[in-house]
Order: sequence, then structure tokens, then C-alpha cells
Amino acid sequence: MIYLTRRAEFSASHFYHNPDWSPEQNRRVFGKCNNPYGHGHNYTLEVTVVGDVDPLTGMVVDLKQLKEILEREVLDLFDHRFLNKEVPAFATRNPTTENIAVEIWKLLEPKINFGKLYRVRLYETSDLFVDYYGE
Amino acid sequence: MTLYLTHRYHFSAGHRLHNEALSAEENRRLYGKCNNPNGHGHNYQLEVTLAGPIDPATGMVCDLALLDRVVDEAVLTPFDHRNLNLDEEAFRRRVPTTEHLCIEIFNRLAGKLEVETPAGVRLARVRLEETSLNFFEYHGEEKNIQGRVRD
Repeated sequence: MIYLTRRAEFSASHFYHNPDWSPEQNRRVFGKCNNPYGHGHNYTLEVTVVGDVDPLTGMVVDLKQLKEILEREVLDLFDHRFLNKEVPAFATRNPTTENIAVEIWKLLEPKINFGKLYRVRLYETSDLFVDYYGE
Repeated sequence: MTLYLTHRYHFSAGHRLHNEALSAEENRRLYGKCNNPNGHGHNYQLEVTLAGPIDPATGMVCDLALLDRVVDEAVLTPFDHRNLNLDEEAFRRRVPTTEHLCIEIFNRLAGKLEVETPAGVRLARVRLEETSLNFFEYHGEEKNIQGRVRD
């Protein structure tokens, strides 16, 4: 088995807010991230696929195909968007790094029919990232 | 559903690798330049990984400010700009290799995080870079990052 990782980048804005809470509680819990006008990040996404090496090609995955899936399923939806307003999954859920990673898994998992999606790693900054293994 | 949240920190500390049980020659042979009696230092890069479910109220595994405070109190304040051999009781009798330091940091954090983080959240991993060319990971005694006992 080989684990192959493809990296992609997108930039998006977001803010955190729980409508069940008072403005004070939102500000206390979410701090600067509660600014309703939003703020942005350059996200780095690492998608890891696991599989056996195809003896014919010597590859686990056609990287071109994986790149196209990432562009179509994730970047077209998220890149240069305001996540709370423009991505339906985040209309009622905070677009935290955790929730975005899970959403990316849900978008990619059914589309990857070579090898198997193993891990989604999403960096919000170089010092903060989340891993999701689908379980 | 388990998410693994990692936050990265750094601290700088001095140390010397020397084992009292060995002769001066053996120490020099084993630890090389790291055995210099005057010590030397590193910029350590520390990654702390928490594993847990997403809290539906916040969308988060854990409040980052809470994690930062615990790491600051348990690790950064005692270790940053200190001499590990001389300032830290833990390394009076244990050689402050990055392996030992990694385990010490895990154990200091695990107890505090157990108390302070929401139920169901656990310390899954400590990863410590001594330089950009070498790093060490510890997931707890005989555990992998998923918390399962190693085969």
C-alpha cells in the first residue's frame, strides 16, 4: 500500500457565530472570529489517498485526475468565497476548520474511485491544522 | 466522528546530552558534539494534537485559547529560554534528549488536558522538532494516534 498526498490551496473568508447565543456570549467564545463582516485565510488542503501500485502504470492514482477532482469538488466551491454566505453546508454550521475538513471529506469520498480516500488535512494557518480520517 | 486538531508552538532551550553512568570517553563517543560540557541550544517546534468530536454549538473540537493556556503553563513557561538540565527537575537524572523531552511534554499535557478539555477530547499526539531535520512523535504508552493499543 502506498499513501499519496496531493496539496491544493484556496482562499476564503468566514466568521463564527451561534444564533442561539447572545452577542456577548458569541464575542466571548469566538473572539475576533465573531466579526460579522468576516475575515479570511489562505487554506492549504492535503488530500491523502491510499492504494496499491498499479503494475501497468506504476502509480496509485492518476494525479491529473485527482487534481481535477479537487478543483471541481472543492476549489470551485470554496476558493475566493465567503463560506458562511456562499456554501450551503455552512448556512447553519460554523465554517470552522473542523467542519470544513469534514465537508471536504464528504465531497471527495464518493468521487475517488481509484484507491481509497485516507485522510483530509486542512491548514487554516501554518500553525493550525485539522486531520479527518472519515470516522 | 473524530477530528484531530493540531496547534504548533515553539520554544528555545539549552541542554547537554550526558549520562553519569557512562565514562567521559563513552559520553563523548555516544553524544558527540551534544556532550559539550557548556551545553548548546535549539529552537524547538512543538505540535500538540487533540482528538475528539466536534461540539455542535461551536463547530470546534476545543477552544484554542484553552489549549494555548494549558500549553503555555505546562510547557512554554517552564522550558522556554531555560537550561533543561539545570532548570528542570525532570532532567536532573534523565538525559534531555528530544525523545525524553517529547514524552515529558506529553505526560505534563495529558493530565492537565484531561481535566480542562470537554469530555471526549484527549491528547492524541505530541510531535517535537529539535531542528528542521529531525523530529519525534509520541502518542502515549504503546498507543497509536487513534488511541488504539499498538499491535
